[in-house]
Amino acid sequence: MSEPSTPSTGLSGSKTEDTLHPGTEPPDSLTGELRRRVLSINLAVTLLAFVLALAIGAVLIAASAPSVIESLGYFFARPFDTFAAVFNSVYSAYSALFQGALLDVNELREGDVSAAFYPLSETFTVSAPLILAGLAVAIPFRAGLFNIGAQGQMAFAAIGGGLVGFGLSLPAGVHLLASLAAAMVFGALWAGLVGLLKAKTGAHEVITTIMLNYIAIYLLGWVLNQDWFQREGRNDPISPILNESATFPLIFGGGLRIHFGILFSIGAVIVVWWMMTKTTTGFRIQTVGANAAAARTAGMNVGRIWIVAMLWAGAMAGLAVSMNVNGTDKVVTAGIVGNIGFDAITVALLGRGSPFGVLAAGLLIGGLRAGGLAMQASTGTPIDIVLVLQALIVLFIAAPALVRAVFRLRGKTADSLTIAKGWGS
Amino acid sequence: MQLQLRGITKRFGDLVANDDISVTFEPGQIHALLGENGAGKSTLMNVLYGLLQPDAGQIVVDGEPLVFHSPAGAIAAGIGMVHQHFMLVPVFTVAENVELGAESVGPFGFLKTADAARAVERVSAEYRLAVDPNAVVEDLPVGIQQRVEIVKALTREAQCVILDEPTAVLTPQETDELLSIVRGLRDAGKTIVLITHKLREVREAADVITVIRRGRVVAESVSPQTSEVELASLMVGREVSLVVDKPSLEVGEPVLRVNQLSVYDTLDRAIVDDVSFDVRAGEVLCIAGVQGNGQSELVEALVGLHDRSEGRIDLGEKRIDGLSTKGILDLGVGYVPEDREHDGLVGSFSLAHNMVLDTIGESPWSRRGVINYGLINENGQNLIEQYDVRATNAQVAASTLSGGNKQKVVLAREMSRSLRLLIASQPTRGLDVGSIEFVHRQIIQARQSGVGVIVVSTELDEVYALADRILVMYAGRIAGVVTPDVGRDDLGLLMAGATTS
Repeated sequence: MSEPSTPSTGLSGSKTEDTLHPGTEPPDSLTGELRRRVLSINLAVTLLAFVLALAIGAVLIAASAPSVIESLGYFFARPFDTFAAVFNSVYSAYSALFQGALLDVNELREGDVSAAFYPLSETFTVSAPLILAGLAVAIPFRAGLFNIGAQGQMAFAAIGGGLVGFGLSLPAGVHLLASLAAAMVFGALWAGLVGLLKAKTGAHEVITTIMLNYIAIYLLGWVLNQDWFQREGRNDPISPILNESATFPLIFGGGLRIHFGILFSIGAVIVVWWMMTKTTTGFRIQTVGANAAAARTAGMNVGRIWIVAMLWAGAMAGLAVSMNVNGTDKVVTAGIVGNIGFDAITVALLGRGSPFGVLAAGLLIGGLRAGGLAMQASTGTPIDIVLVLQALIVLFIAAPALVRAVFRLRGKTADSLTIAKGWGS
Repeated sequence: MQLQLRGITKRFGDLVANDDISVTFEPGQIHALLGENGAGKSTLMNVLYGLLQPDAGQIVVDGEPLVFHSPAGAIAAGIGMVHQHFMLVPVFTVAENVELGAESVGPFGFLKTADAARAVERVSAEYRLAVDPNAVVEDLPVGIQQRVEIVKALTREAQCVILDEPTAVLTPQETDELLSIVRGLRDAGKTIVLITHKLREVREAADVITVIRRGRVVAESVSPQTSEVELASLMVGREVSLVVDKPSLEVGEPVLRVNQLSVYDTLDRAIVDDVSFDVRAGEVLCIAGVQGNGQSELVEALVGLHDRSEGRIDLGEKRIDGLSTKGILDLGVGYVPEDREHDGLVGSFSLAHNMVLDTIGESPWSRRGVINYGLINENGQNLIEQYDVRATNAQVAASTLSGGNKQKVVLAREMSRSLRLLIASQPTRGLDVGSIEFVHRQIIQARQSGVGVIVVSTELDEVYALADRILVMYAGRIAGVVTPDVGRDDLGLLMAGATTS
């Protein structure tokens, strides 16, 4: 039980500061509310949200399986056929999903180690950019900012990383690092702009990041049609192939796509964790995120901290796109970012904004993606089911009261009410 | 109407907010419910008003037990409530606010606002409330807005009116007017319940007093003739001294000089209007005034938290207007913000972290940007012992503390630096008597060590207890600077806008 708060009209209050400081959000803003909620969700709810999503996914798999539909036609004659078909379709889809994400058991039995570990290699390869992009959303999240702009930051960073990657000739290793640095700087600039606009004018980051996404994506499209960026002799938007010296080496080779980029991903998780928990920068970011008014009263420069958080975010987004530019693709195309910048929001929410949470969430979503392809190939279950799972997970995490209700967990029942809090309270 | 509470018990988890409370409110009586913040008064009234369901006990109206599932039930039974925070829509007229929630509609769903206006006029004439039904609420002074709430209750045929901390936002004069209105209602036979923690008002207005402490009735049918010290002891449960022991004044040079300071809101209206004053080392300057007369903005401007201000501010030899908050704090300014939950603390952080919120970038807490958490935790533990913060250790989240202990954390942080000027805005608002004593002692201790102190307060008792000089603000200007030997009436007049001759 919790005490219902009496709403107040704010008529009697004298505080007018929300309007007096540009760039200050009222403490009960929607992003603030979202941030508070996500950070307060416990691990159990996260896991149960995953279980619940799998259960609903199972219903959808069964409902769309041809064998189930066929057996329903004579359900009253032989009902057990239908149950068997349901079980088989769900079991084969999910086992294909998990085998496609982790380990190909059949190949292992046949002794082809490389092929057996192909799923795991794919999972890591797909996860590497997701983890980094997840950090790009999670860091600002801790500062109270909702960065929808990883997509745009990655697109802009691809221009910088690509230019250095195919445009310069440098020794191997140095060239790769230079290309990564360029991508990180480009990403940081694009994201820093969001922080700057917020700090100086109070422009809401959700609006500016969405708009900057469009600008960056079309900018990338335009750049890809310029002489200095487009591959010679091609009319389609594609860059030259990156110099060998600027690409991530494969770790195992032999058909496994996993490259050294994944180590950069994991390294970035550790660096961000250290930054957030051990440094004054991290302390300030968390203070601003938890209570910007108290941060300002304690003399912190809230605007500067927003900018710093966005610079970190942009750098992570830049490194994220480098996983594709310097790793799997080795060229820059209009589709280089894919949908990673938006999947990153899922990863950050699922990871509850913590670096290691993001690592786990990135591997999970990466695994679902890799496994989804295998599932589609072997059972014909559409890969869209993976997107549905992903969406359901986010939905359940956004509505923890729902998960608690389904699993009869004890928790704050007022959770569902607080979002409707009145103005001035 | 006779209203009886029989054995009301209400628990929130392990906390027993109301423990077997029985009170009878008689018609034609002003019954004061006295208790500290957190004693359970508001919970009890929320139970009575149908906002909360009791775990045990009964509400009996004129001998008949009733159960209220919502305020609608309580209203139907003739109970009206005037909340501490008014439940009015600012842009609506008085009549519209009064009909809100009980709108009567004519054909095609048109509102019969004229009926409501007539009801307002009738009630307002009957009890001499002087409320204009067509005035827009946001244009009205706070005292009149409160009357609108009373009118609202009366138009719904309330036989019992509950007033929850009604004087918190009023000037002394407005308070007097309110009390005379309440007496009028009593004489008309209404049952009046006055919830408050202000001893003076209770003694002045109540016919009978019930004292609540920690959810229990500790004294019933107390006579209003009981002395203030005695009432305070009942509230707190031990002997309290209402006087702060204040050694004689040894003032030094001015530490803060404020010259022609103005602060503007976003519409360029002057919230603080051309204010000049100084604060000397070793004195307490109280800024008195009714809430919302520019005190908060003045203080924000002093510590660089307001970016729309002009004028000159000097701290010692250094000009500080235009400096960042960090720059001003670093020059030896301690700041206890008015809203400690919102501006003073990060609720989700540990006490130890809250203690270094403003010095985290400095040695020894961090070197080259890397934090030494060992030292910070040690410091937190030392400070909570030194400032008597009641918490199991320095690792608990600040949000778990009571108001008094939160304020001690803020004070500990601000006073553990070396200070020249301490600015405390509403330092004891909402605190229990014990914590108030502690905070007052700390403020006087700062004064004794030669720090210049500014205390912003709306409580006259506090102003008289602490001040060496009193600066009264009204409508953004200085209405007068007086010494604490001035009478309450004169101070009240200044707070209401009269100027000193």
